[in-house]
Amino acid sequence: MVEVTLIEASRRAALQEMRRDERVWVLGEDVARGGLWGQYKDFLGEFGEQRVVSTPISESTIMGAGLGSALVGMRPIIEMRIFDFVMCAMDELVNQIAKIRYMFGGQAKPAVVVRMPHGMWRNSAAQHSQMLEAWFAHLPGVVVVTPSTAEDTAGLLVQAIRSDDPVLFFDPKDLFGVPGNITDPIEPIPFGVARQVVEGNDATVVSWSAAMPVATKGVAMLASDKIQVDLFDLRTIWPWDQEAVIASVKKTGRLLVVHEAVEVAGFGAEIIATVVDKLGPGAIKAAKRLAAPRIPIPFAPPLEAEVRVTPEKVVTAVKQLIAV
Amino acid sequence: MSEPGDNLRRLTGLYSTMARIRAFEETALEAHKAGEIPGPLHVSIGQEAVAAGICVNLRIDDRITSNHRGHGHAIAKGADPKRMMAELYGRANGYCRGKGGSMHIADFSVGMLGANGVVAGGIPIAVGAAQGLKMQKSDAIATCMFGDGAINRGPFLEGLNWAVLYKLPVLFVCEDNGVAAFTRSENVTAGPGVVDRARALGVKAITVDGNNVMSVDDAAQSAVAAVRRGDGPHLLHVRTYRITGHTSTDAAAWRPAEEVQEARSRDPIARLGAVLCERGVPATDLGKMLDEAKAEMTAARKDANAAAWPEARVAYEDVQDTGAVAWSK
Repeated sequence: MVEVTLIEASRRAALQEMRRDERVWVLGEDVARGGLWGQYKDFLGEFGEQRVVSTPISESTIMGAGLGSALVGMRPIIEMRIFDFVMCAMDELVNQIAKIRYMFGGQAKPAVVVRMPHGMWRNSAAQHSQMLEAWFAHLPGVVVVTPSTAEDTAGLLVQAIRSDDPVLFFDPKDLFGVPGNITDPIEPIPFGVARQVVEGNDATVVSWSAAMPVATKGVAMLASDKIQVDLFDLRTIWPWDQEAVIASVKKTGRLLVVHEAVEVAGFGAEIIATVVDKLGPGAIKAAKRLAAPRIPIPFAPPLEAEVRVTPEKVVTAVKQLIAV
Repeated sequence: MSEPGDNLRRLTGLYSTMARIRAFEETALEAHKAGEIPGPLHVSIGQEAVAAGICVNLRIDDRITSNHRGHGHAIAKGADPKRMMAELYGRANGYCRGKGGSMHIADFSVGMLGANGVVAGGIPIAVGAAQGLKMQKSDAIATCMFGDGAINRGPFLEGLNWAVLYKLPVLFVCEDNGVAAFTRSENVTAGPGVVDRARALGVKAITVDGNNVMSVDDAAQSAVAAVRRGDGPHLLHVRTYRITGHTSTDAAAWRPAEEVQEARSRDPIARLGAVLCERGVPATDLGKMLDEAKAEMTAARKDANAAAWPEARVAYEDVQDTGAVAWSK
């Protein structure tokens, strides 16, 4: 075990897989310099300029060329630098990558990993802070990975690179410096298995990505008030661990979903709807979402703070659920 | 050096390929009008010399990406018209098991990486395929077929720039039929056009008469050889004419009749037929090739119309390995 930051854990995972499989290559802006976040530091020296390709700012072609290489047997890591820039490559992602296996009748499995560092980070304003992972859970044909720890980032990235499915990997920008302990070698973590962080009978709390440490703090504050909850980090939102969440809600009867993305039509709505469908409304006493208001991410620190979920809001929300 | 006999065999082969594409398109059009083929259908009648003249220069392991008007490219690359027709009909034995249709025909076994429903959608894919082939140290190349409408989309600029930067083995083919859906391309395209745009980025580019299959073949032969030996990307601007409408339901009645008539007089199949006759090929041999092509496609139509529909569970297959939704009756 070695203690590293989340971003370093991701670097080691990609490094391990590029050493293991010469079909893996990485392309994106500045990746030969180590990437914007240092996630590919020293890759160029080891793997050379054919496998570590710094590209022009051409998101459509970064995405589409990654796909094209996959169609001849390569396994690209497509680096989007910052999530919001994927908007410039939506045809290649949504119409091409997500559809090719299906609409060609299974002739090709595009084994691509698209890395998209997302979320609020140091007041980066409306075009560098978004969390739109729910859009992609809505998109058939892709896996949506949303880790919050160094351990999970490492294991899920290994799994993503080895997967034959297109994997959309949402790196949590705001948590890049958070330390964790990773193994050597890094073992893959299967998609769709939630990690239970805390156990309790009073309520079920579900979160992922940058909202996860917030939920964890809120849950710790509740514990000092003698309120014990089941807390899950979903880690991947498609597929997501319905079994674990449903079993927990069956026990607690109360469900809170916490995410950094906008509440309206967010993935929290899907989780609550699924749980209600599967358990029946009678099994649930109360359910609630805690998420961002439907406004763009503002710049000024006090305005940005308005958008964020906080541990205090988690405490209030759980107490409201329990009061029902 | 090729012998005159080889050349005649090559030209006869091109004639046969064009005849088969024409017969496929005419048969599909009839079947669509008869209500046998659902959905939109974009045929390439009049443009056959482009597909035939380019693809005759490609090996089976060379890859192509195509566009919404891609039946001819698939046939010329070696795809099986029976399975293509079955796909147009949406049947279980079609190339895509009935899940793609006319706009998404692919046959990876002959290097046909798929037609595409989005204009310019195949450009980044072809560029990436070329990059992958280069990484694998293969001498196979990628060829990208797109129309004149595609040169006004961003991926055209991005893809050409990219291919030059990494000196990729890719041949860009702008199949210019003069019209982007229902709009004349010259009315919506600034500047002198695709060749100048390509040259500005350092892509070697020339214009070719796309209704003369021998010109297309000659130009493609040099371009493919250059791309294969590592010279970097080339572009062929191949000028042709779309005899029919944008889709099978479009009469393209906005075009003056004289214009279409003039284009018919430059029909690529008839033109090559005249050359072959001059070189001593009996007209009956040519007629036989046309008849055989028609018979092949008529049989494909008959088979497709009788073929089974895909079962409902097929709709749930090949979505993804992890996180797929299961079919239940």
